[in-house]
Order: sequence, then C-alpha cells, then structure tokens
Amino acid sequence: MWAALAFGAILMLVAATALGISNARVRLAVAVAGVAVVSLAIAAAGTALTPPGNGVVRVSPGTGFWVLLIALGLMATDAITRLRPGPGMRVLFLVLFAAIAGATFAHGTFDHLSIMREYAVNAGRFAHEARQHVFLAVGSLGAAVVVALPVGILCHRVPRIRAGTLGTLNLIQTVPSIALFGILMVPLGALAAAVPWAAEHGIRGIGTAPAIVALFLYSLLPIVVNTVVGLGRVSPATVEAARGMGLTNRQILTDIELILALPVILTGIRIVLVQNIGLVTVAALIGGGGFGTFVFQGIGQTAIDLVLLGAIPTVALAFSAAVLLDALVDVMNRARQ
Amino acid sequence: MIRIQTLTKQYGPITVVDDVSMSIERGSITVIVGTSGSGKSTLLRMINRLVEPTSGRVLIDGNDTTAEPAHLLRRRIGYVIQGHGLFPHRTVAENIATVPKLLGWDGARTGARVDELLRIFQLDPGEFSRKFPHQLSGGQQQRVGVARALAAEPAVLLMDEPFGALDPIIRSKAQDDLQDIQRRFGTTVVLVTHDMDEAFRLGARVAVMSEGKVLQYDRPAVLLTRPADPFVARLTGTADRAMKLLSLTTAGEVAEPGTTQGPTVAATASLREVLSDLVWSGAQAATVLKADGTPGGRVTLAGILAHGRQS
Repeated sequence: MWAALAFGAILMLVAATALGISNARVRLAVAVAGVAVVSLAIAAAGTALTPPGNGVVRVSPGTGFWVLLIALGLMATDAITRLRPGPGMRVLFLVLFAAIAGATFAHGTFDHLSIMREYAVNAGRFAHEARQHVFLAVGSLGAAVVVALPVGILCHRVPRIRAGTLGTLNLIQTVPSIALFGILMVPLGALAAAVPWAAEHGIRGIGTAPAIVALFLYSLLPIVVNTVVGLGRVSPATVEAARGMGLTNRQILTDIELILALPVILTGIRIVLVQNIGLVTVAALIGGGGFGTFVFQGIGQTAIDLVLLGAIPTVALAFSAAVLLDALVDVMNRARQ
Repeated sequence: MIRIQTLTKQYGPITVVDDVSMSIERGSITVIVGTSGSGKSTLLRMINRLVEPTSGRVLIDGNDTTAEPAHLLRRRIGYVIQGHGLFPHRTVAENIATVPKLLGWDGARTGARVDELLRIFQLDPGEFSRKFPHQLSGGQQQRVGVARALAAEPAVLLMDEPFGALDPIIRSKAQDDLQDIQRRFGTTVVLVTHDMDEAFRLGARVAVMSEGKVLQYDRPAVLLTRPADPFVARLTGTADRAMKLLSLTTAGEVAEPGTTQGPTVAATASLREVLSDLVWSGAQAATVLKADGTPGGRVTLAGILAHGRQS
C-alpha cells in the first residue's frame, strides 16, 4: 500500500521534472531514479503475481511499461548529451550501467518476469548465440577492414578508379539485406556442391558462410569511403613536406597519412560495427545464428518475450559499441585537433 | 656548389623547364624569381628530385644527385615550403627531430640540436617543445618549419615561397632571420619567390625565369642596370629602379671619411633608407655609426645620388 503510494508520488515527481525543470543534472538524476523505480516496481509485480514454486506462470510487462521505460531512457540520454561529458565520462556511464544491469541479473531481481523466464529456459543457447552474434559482427568487420583499407588507399591514390569502386560498393549497399543473404545462397551452395573441401570447412549456401560474406560486403562501403575522405583531408603541404624531408613512401603512408586519417577511418569502422550488430539479426533467417534466432523463433510462436530476448541484447550490444568507439574517436580528435 | 646542367622537364607536350644550366655558389643565397607558371618551383624541386628531370642532371659538390635513392638525398637537403607543412599530430620538438630521427641520431644529440635551433629562432624550448603546430602563430609556425629543415645540419637548404603566407611585418623579420641563419651556418640557400623585392633583398645572385627558361642570372645590381631582356626589365620595374639600386647598397659600404651635423644612420642601413632620412630632415649628409656605435664616416646626398645613377 505505502509502496504503491510512494511509487505514484515518485512518478508524479518525474513527470513534473520532465515538464518543468531544464537543469540537465537534475533531469538526469530524476530520469535514472525513474528507471530504477519503474524497474523495481515491475520486478516486485512479477514476484507478487507468481505463486511460489510455479514455473509455468508468465508475467509480462504491458506496453505502458515499455513506453515509460523508453521515455525515461530518452530523458536520461538527452540529459547526458546536454551535459557534454568527455569520452572517459561516457565510458564510465556505460560501465556503471552495465554493472547495475549485471548486478540485478546476479541478484535475480527480474527472475519472475517472463523475459527472464525465457532466458532461464534458453540459457545455454543464449550464450552460444551471443558468441555467434559477436563473432559474425566482428569477424566480418575484421575481414572488411583488411580489404577496405587498401582499397581506400588505392582509391585515394588513383582518382580514376575512385568513382567506379565507390559506385559498385554503393550498389551493394542498396541491396536489401534479406535479398543479399538469399542471393548468396546460390553461389555458395553451388561452391559447396562442387568443392567438397569447402563444404567440409563449413562453406555452404546457408549458415555462417553466407552471413559473413553478406556482412563483409555491407561493411566495405563505409570503411572505403571514410578512408578516402580521411586521406583526402590530410593537407597536401604536410605530405609534400614529408616527401621533401626524405620520408619513404611507406613512412609517409603509415606515419603521416594513415595516422592523420585515423579518426575518420575509425568513424567508418564504428558505423560498420553498429550496422553489423543490427544486420546479424537478419542472418538468423539463413541459419547464421546470433540473437536473431530468438527474434524469428519468437515471431513464429507469437512469443513477444522471446523476440525481446533477442532484441534487447542486440540493442545493448550496438549501443555499447557506439559509445566505446565514439569515445575512442573523440580521444583521438582531442589529442591532435 | 650546385651545378645544374641542361635540365629539362616536360609533362606530355608541355615543357615546364627548358634546358636550364646554372651554377649556384656555395654558402650564399641564390634566388629564383619568376611569375607563376614560369617553372621556378619545378626547377627547385628537381634539385632534391621531388620532380625527376626529363633530361639533364644536377651535381651537388660534383656528385650526381641520381647516384643514391631520392629519399636518402632529400635527408641531406633542407626543404621549406609555403604554409610550413608541419605535421599537425606531432609536437614542435618532434617535428624538428624528423630528419635526425630518420638519420638515426641518438636521443641526446637530437634533443640538444632541437633546443639549440629553438633558441636560435627565439622560441623558448621549455615553452614551445611540447606545443602542437596549431597552438603557434603563423610566424612561429614558419620559424619551426625552417628549424625543422635545418635540423640535420644540411649543407643545402631549398625554400619554395617560404614567406608567402606571412604578413609584411613578420615577413620582413623572417627575411632578416634567414640572412642571419645563412651567415651563421654557411648554408647554401636556394629560394624561389615571385616577389622581386624579396629576391633583391635576399639574393646574392638572382635568376629570372619565364616560360621555363632562365632569362638572366646575375647579381641584383646587374639585373637592374643591365637587364638582358625586356621581360627582366619589366619584372624588376623601371619606375623605381634607381631606388631599388640604392636599396642594394648599405651606408657602411660607401661611407667616406669625415663627419657631419646631419642625422646618424646605422652602417647596415641601405642608401635608400639614408636618402629617405636626408629628405625628411632636410640635411645634406648623414653620419654613419658602426655596430659598436662609434662614427664610421659620412654619406652625402650627392654621393647617394651618384650611386643611384645608371652606370
């Protein structure tokens, strides 16, 4: 009874703050408090509504809860943006958030909610799909960097091939992801049929291979473009001076041009990583694995909690990657203006 | 000494530098002057092989510059460009240490050299070593650019419009500094400019280029009094050539014995400046003061006028 009244009072306070107070620190504190109170309330509701020892009952938060959580989350991120925290501070916020989330899982605060019930049922698969998700996103990124960086350098050096290369990569980018996954099934399937060695090493029309190839193709354009732009922004006078002082071509590239272009190239890598973390979800359709498995399984069973079990970690992963890489780019830009 | 022999550079059908031969004296400032597109920068850049000649060759102290890889040649030749070209991601000290580091100098020797150069260029090492180029003024950036070019004690310094981006007062100071530095280290300086006043002020010898050819290569006074070509006459300017001629001679060089009641002038002042002083004060003669402040003779109005006359 008293708890419900206190909950109501705090929500009123949050609403009043959201409408009436513009101080970013106050808004951040209130938004965080709101998230905490709403989360604890839903956890308490789950515990209260589940009969002791019953493993079948599912308590799902309603739409109102999610809308409220999203609104409060927006209020918090908006306040953080207005505070203009430095890169270190932003990473600290992220670590703090992850630590709190980790602590609530360890404590079992939300264990009676349906989404955590789904997690408990799928715990073994969850860890496997999480690894697969990260592997697909980061692996395709790594392969793309290895290819796109030299291509970008070449496009910078040889203006003649620039338009053609960027045009081709642009074309790939316009192919819808599901279509690209589908298109790749044909040649990779044919390859697996023709070359037994390939099939033995997991290269087939479905599964990890087409997923990696498609993500790799999507990753190329942002990295190539940002490499070309980054190198293009290096002052010609700087390169001319470097050559005039006797740096070798390789030294000019690695010690001067690439170092100066690095913040822009990293921005491209950040775009790709965030994009890939999202796209990997679709790869589940062709048996690529990852969190998308839960999403599509959930859609198939109209089990919205299963969809969320796939969607929420994907969003969290993409968000964390964005914050970390943005902080890195910021640090580099600050070091050299 | 740098000997340029029948040097030609063609880009497709266009000849940018056309069969140029000239000798550049050791330990002096030689200026190549010309309008834009005259080929002066290309000629300079062929000395350190930033541009490879189509034909002809360059000898430095008798050695063909193509005898070693271009990047090793360039480490022995200082190079300064307009807009300094400092590395924005490296500190002032790291920028100056670029070539010593390439040459494998040890840290102590490099550090000592960097500090020495900063002091020579009136930049306090304690204050400026750790700064980044964007934290410096235009004049300071330009000085660091020259210091960086001189770091490994090159015998030859090539400068391509080095003072073009500076405002007039800082440019004048930078030109004075360059003359001091050149005397101090005995460096052979080859400087490219489109500014005739700068050429006359700095150059012991001046080469006038047009359309890829060197039209005349001589002492500034000769360029003024005996232009070999109408273009040279036009470039040196006929309207104030007497004044230009006067600006090439200092009071100390032409002082005659005796004293005068008129104004005093430094021995390093040009006759142009002395003439201005005399016109301003209405005097007939000025007393020349030597560097130590003692009288070193006088310069008369009639003497100055005689020096400005076509010889």
